[in-house]
Amino acid sequence: MAEFTLPKNSVLTEGKTFKAPQGASNIRRFEVYRWNPDSGENPRVDVYELDRDDCGPMVLDAILKIKNDVDSTLTFRRSCREGVCGSCAMNINGKNTLACTKSIDAYANTIKIFPLPHMAVVKDLVPDMTHFFAQYASIKPWIATQTPAPADAERLQSHADRAKLDGLYECVLCACCSTSCPSYWWNSERYLGPAVLLQAYRWLADSRDENTGARLDDLEDPFKLYRCHTIMNCTDTCPKGLNPAKAIAETKQMLVKRQLG
Amino acid sequence: MDFKTPLSKARGLGSAKSGTSHWWMQRVTAAALIPLSFWLITFLDQCLTAPYQQTVNWLAAPVNTVCMAAWIVAAFYHAALGVQVVIEDYVAAEGAKIVSVWAVKLAFGFLALAALLAVFRTIVTLG
Repeated sequence: MAEFTLPKNSVLTEGKTFKAPQGASNIRRFEVYRWNPDSGENPRVDVYELDRDDCGPMVLDAILKIKNDVDSTLTFRRSCREGVCGSCAMNINGKNTLACTKSIDAYANTIKIFPLPHMAVVKDLVPDMTHFFAQYASIKPWIATQTPAPADAERLQSHADRAKLDGLYECVLCACCSTSCPSYWWNSERYLGPAVLLQAYRWLADSRDENTGARLDDLEDPFKLYRCHTIMNCTDTCPKGLNPAKAIAETKQMLVKRQLG
Repeated sequence: MDFKTPLSKARGLGSAKSGTSHWWMQRVTAAALIPLSFWLITFLDQCLTAPYQQTVNWLAAPVNTVCMAAWIVAAFYHAALGVQVVIEDYVAAEGAKIVSVWAVKLAFGFLALAALLAVFRTIVTLG
């Protein structure tokens, strides 16, 4: 059931405040969601005041600064620090994005950092991605062919057909889009969500794949696909500038096409 | 302890292999309702000023009767499809979901029948 209020043990409380170091003049305030499963306490919001003159330009730099110099208990995922791994996806000032590609200067005042919405939290800013990646595995994200590959050669693809994968292959599966989607919040057990549906379309659109019909069969479901009501939060929030809503619309169009000719 | 694998949970009972015609008919009825609703506005506008008998006579003209019937069918069908989606979105309990979808379909079907019958009775008795 759609839940519109937080359960009691998820209600936020006030946390600790870490003041900026003496003599800092260029101070920026960060409010960060903290929750430790071992403490038995409710989640809290800790406040960190950082000296911008002693901190890198991106939000991820600020988080790393906190971890390294202020509070080593802060837990989060990060890896590539350049927007290709998708690890540092989080909700920054109400919008899902990658902390590594978002500049601190893009925000005016206090920066509020929360984990991706409506996901079970493992600790602090780390959400449980198990189901998300299981859904990704369920769409069989690899090429499926009956024809054997040509001997000693690649499976060929025209430039035009390769261009159809632009805007799809760039997806890094950070889950910003899926976790911004109200349909995914209410029905993620069955709805695949924009990220996984974009990936599914990536294989529907691939000229080398020979399994389009079976892929469409697997998607044609009131819940797996048709929970998308073109809310467009996915496209609005995608830190890579992709358009999952369009990929879903193309999938729906393929399904209508095969029924109506 | 739940030993089901994440992939097994994600796959669930598999695809229902339906949903496209529901989605498509929602679009078709929406498109049909655009011209039909413009027609309905002229009808309602007339109802405000014209005497009863004149309104009934106007409605009894075949083209207007057909438009009225078509609006009723399209609107109630569209409403039933739409409310079904809302229920599927927000009601997670399996039993409550199935019963409310049934109830919605029956209610809108019944209302559409009643509305159609009212149109025909008006025309037959007074036309």
